[in-house]
Amino acid sequence: MGHQYLAIYWRDMLRFVRFRALLFSSLVQPALWMAFFGIAMTSSFDRLSSLAPVPEGAIAIPYLTFMAAGVMALTTLFTTLFGGMGLLFDKLWGLMREILASPAPRSHILFGISLSGITKSFIQVIIIMAFGLLLGVQFFVGKGPAAIALSVTGILLFVAVFAIGFLLLSSTIAITMESPESMQAVMTLLSLPLFFVSNALYPAESFPPFLQAATALNPLTYLVTGIRYFAIGPDFFALGHHYVYTATDVFSAFLALAFFAAVMFSLALRTINHAVVN
Amino acid sequence: MSAPVIEVSGLAHRFKETVAVDGISFSVPAGQIFSFLGPNGAGKSTTINVLTTLLAVQQGSVKVAGFDVAEQPEEVRRSIGIVFQEETLDRDLTVWEILEFHGNLYSMPRGERRARIDEMIRLVELEKKRDVLVKHLSGGMKRRLEIARGLMTRPKVLFLDEPTLGLDPQSRIHVWDYIRQVNREGTTIFLTTHYMDEADSLSDRISIIDHGKIIASGTSRELKDALGQDIISLETGDDVNAAELLRTLPEVKDVRPGMRGFSVTITGNGAACLPPVLERLKGAGISVAAVNVKRPTLDDVFVHFTGREIRG
Repeated sequence: MGHQYLAIYWRDMLRFVRFRALLFSSLVQPALWMAFFGIAMTSSFDRLSSLAPVPEGAIAIPYLTFMAAGVMALTTLFTTLFGGMGLLFDKLWGLMREILASPAPRSHILFGISLSGITKSFIQVIIIMAFGLLLGVQFFVGKGPAAIALSVTGILLFVAVFAIGFLLLSSTIAITMESPESMQAVMTLLSLPLFFVSNALYPAESFPPFLQAATALNPLTYLVTGIRYFAIGPDFFALGHHYVYTATDVFSAFLALAFFAAVMFSLALRTINHAVVN
Repeated sequence: MSAPVIEVSGLAHRFKETVAVDGISFSVPAGQIFSFLGPNGAGKSTTINVLTTLLAVQQGSVKVAGFDVAEQPEEVRRSIGIVFQEETLDRDLTVWEILEFHGNLYSMPRGERRARIDEMIRLVELEKKRDVLVKHLSGGMKRRLEIARGLMTRPKVLFLDEPTLGLDPQSRIHVWDYIRQVNREGTTIFLTTHYMDEADSLSDRISIIDHGKIIASGTSRELKDALGQDIISLETGDDVNAAELLRTLPEVKDVRPGMRGFSVTITGNGAACLPPVLERLKGAGISVAAVNVKRPTLDDVFVHFTGREIRG
């Protein structure tokens, strides 16, 4: 395999770093979530959930810790959902022609975009983790450096495979769309149910059955599960719900995300292979 | 004559109901500058898109640099350079980065790539702009950068789609100089343009395309010669009768209506024919408002073959 995808990656990262506003907002935005939404909600949620009795043997965690994992997942979702936008601009401004007319296989466009999207998500997730720990989030409690490194690796693995799926979905939509406005509209429409019908900010276990079923179809749920498992642990109590994750739960969550990524890849590849320059 | 580097036979292409290219055949020998001349919408861009593998071949066969466009698109892509009609530069990259990106896209090894970038920047005289963002370049500089990019990978054929569209006269001449220089160094050039002077000044051979069909081919001189000789343009008080009257003169080969007045194609020296022409009109009592004698240009060739002005 050639290395043309590295050219795509290099250019995308160059633009990311060059647009100061973009760089700044993508780094600060998740921190703001944590600082404002997190702290505000924590004070009221923790008051309410202190009413619920903590079962024997379960460790109650503050809401800030619970939602920090959710914010990491949501940030990854939003970043990757718009990660294909660059392709739409490339298409509209004619820049895509240079790439499509080159001998580089079209799959490399997807590889390059995925790689840069993953990089950006990693940077964001690490910032949220660091900022969260600064705010008093109880991640990696009782773990030594090696165990922490392992947990972070686990989190990043989940983020990466989730990011691939949504970056490729976003790329597919970008290649199909004709204007940034319509892409924006589709993305907003998509992001709302993904955002709310998930366990990112509150337990999905208290949803009515049909919403719970929808949650099971939402990739975000699996990402949140993975992050909480590695960051908080397999057994904790939050918002009146006792969470117990087995290794099988986590592994099947990972498989679900990998399946989603694989489906999105074949969809994106099909779309880009049929893309015609006008 | 050297072996053809582009061979097109029976190429046809349609977009839904619209026939864009209607069964054209031509070939371009290695080392030549070949121009595809025609008005907007004549099928030039469609042809160039098929030749550069951006559009699939629907009908006919196309060989570029010895490779079949339909069967071996990868090899074709490796052998060609393209300067697109519209600007295709990332405005937020520098001159150097544009070329670095392109070289990587074509898997050029680092050492060769870096050396070639320096060479190309020197060729198009952008040394001082090396680390300047594309958005701060003038239109002419951007075009030069695109030509440099097209040449990065040492293509056998360089495709130029309307290379001087929208450039000021000075930049146009500058771009022409590069095209000639590149061609002297052995690169075959395939050029589309709707500027007559561009085709006239650059090309070894020209094909005129209109409504998807090639209607005339040859060197600029051959095309002009095919027309007859000089042309007298006249505006008179009564164009219809004046045209009829002059048609009977033995030196007059053809009479055609023009944008204003009409034009008379003369076999022989146009200036020498002027007195008898004016005499004849005066005798018939037709007033003459304007007279112009000129050697035929490619514009006239185009009007002759298509019956209309190219910019119409």
